[in-house]
Amino acid sequence: MYAFNYHKASSVADAAARLSAGVDAKLLAGGQTLIAALKMRLAAPSDLIDLGGIAEMRGVRTEGGKLVIGAMTTHAQVAASQDVRQSMPALAVLAASIGDRMVRNMGTLGGSVANADPAADYPAAVIGLGATIITNKRGIGADDFFKGMYETALQPGEIITQVAFPIPQKCGYAKFANPASRYAIVGVLVAQTGGGVRVGVTGAGPCAFRVPEMEKALVANFAPDAVASVKISHTSLNSDLHASAEYRAHLVAVMAKRAVAAALGQ
Amino acid sequence: MPVKLSMTVNGKPVSAEAEPRTLLVDFIRDQLRLTGTHIGCDTAQCGACTIHLNGNAVKSCNMLALQAQGATITTIEGITGPDGSLHPMQAAFRDHHGLQCGYCTPGMVMSAIDLVKRHPHPSEQTIRAELDGNLCRCTGYHGIVKAVEAGAKAMG
Ligand SMILES: Cc1cc2nc3c(=O)[nH]c(=O)nc-3n(C[C@H](O)[C@H](O)[C@H](O)COP(=O)(O)OP(=O)(O)OC[C@H]3O[C@@H](n4cnc5c(N)ncnc54)[C@H](O)[C@@H]3O)c2cc1C
Ligand code: FES
Ligand code: FES
Repeated sequence: MYAFNYHKASSVADAAARLSAGVDAKLLAGGQTLIAALKMRLAAPSDLIDLGGIAEMRGVRTEGGKLVIGAMTTHAQVAASQDVRQSMPALAVLAASIGDRMVRNMGTLGGSVANADPAADYPAAVIGLGATIITNKRGIGADDFFKGMYETALQPGEIITQVAFPIPQKCGYAKFANPASRYAIVGVLVAQTGGGVRVGVTGAGPCAFRVPEMEKALVANFAPDAVASVKISHTSLNSDLHASAEYRAHLVAVMAKRAVAAALGQ
Repeated sequence: MPVKLSMTVNGKPVSAEAEPRTLLVDFIRDQLRLTGTHIGCDTAQCGACTIHLNGNAVKSCNMLALQAQGATITTIEGITGPDGSLHPMQAAFRDHHGLQCGYCTPGMVMSAIDLVKRHPHPSEQTIRAELDGNLCRCTGYHGIVKAVEAGAKAMG
């Protein structure tokens, strides 16, 4: 790991000021991705700005039909939150399925969403639930947020402070996990809302995406069999040592079926 | 430039100087000379370095010592009784063949204690799921699962 200057931010405003003051400053949330990147010298920031001491960035609250979750809320806290378990159990299931207990005790919602790993779990929830990413500058809609592999709409100096998830009528999450890391080979979150149905897929492509054909099928008939016949093209999907693009395309339908079943409590 | 680090480790306040890039596990082992916390990998996957940070199990190899500034930390050295007697979970590992080479054991025991705090009567399935982040290359896990079951009862 190369040397860097360390700052513990006292507030979002303080973090933003330090972020723009550093030559090549980077935010540190739970560090569960960033520390590994520093160790491997894949990242060499001049300054690290630790968000760990900012109380306003933690916690879960219900506000006007939405669950608003602070960016620094850990995966373990999301999984254990009574509010989350009651109003969107799939999000609690998703958070509880990330990595292992020790990773969940440090890793955060904001860090995961900002990092936009193609195999990360939270992007499926952001897309599937139609969340809004709230930064120190603006709100970004889910459909505009993920731009590609590790690429988001965040601009330099922008800090995710909260993520607002509209509370659906029903939702379910199913993941085919890498047995070693628990990252998603394919993960699908399905949500039924007043405005229709959303299907968010992670793990399969360069970044999380929706499947409009499945959404249409589920509006007509919210049942596992409704998505089984939807064919997913593998042409733009990921292929790696864990799974081929064809296999991932197949898994999207299987996981979508299971997610609908989970949403129906089956 | 080295910075001053202060935290409470195993009930005692400690202070030492360290570079900002120092990992918590290196601070614990090299500065504090508490070498019970092991390093089994370079990739945050094995769990041998598990400690409790403000009561929660974390991998001390995957965080900076500075992230624990002012925190309360418990390492494997901090769980024994005041007379040096084994913690019930340690005793259960000894009694149920929960270890062979012992390299993974400090992390296993720290994870197991955290697990029992949240699941006082864990099923075998819960134990296996919760120990997901701790790898053992010797035992095949059966002895570990039995040890955690017995340790949970003894901690009752
Ligand atoms: C062994 C292991 C297994 C894992 N398994 C899974 C898994 O199964 N599923 C899964 O989804 N993830 C998994 N992860 C990743 C884990 O969830 C990380 O915690 C997460 O991806 C990053 O969150 P963090 O808080 O640790 O962020 P950090 O590592 O601190 O930061 C990650 C990046 O995001 C930026 N950032 C952080 N916070 C903000 C913010 N508020 N605003 C803007 N930018 C920000 C940082 O600058 C950095 O570039 C695993 C990690 C490990 C080590
Ligand atoms: S040494 Fe920390 S997880 Fe392996
Ligand atoms: S006892 Fe040897 S690694 Fe677990």
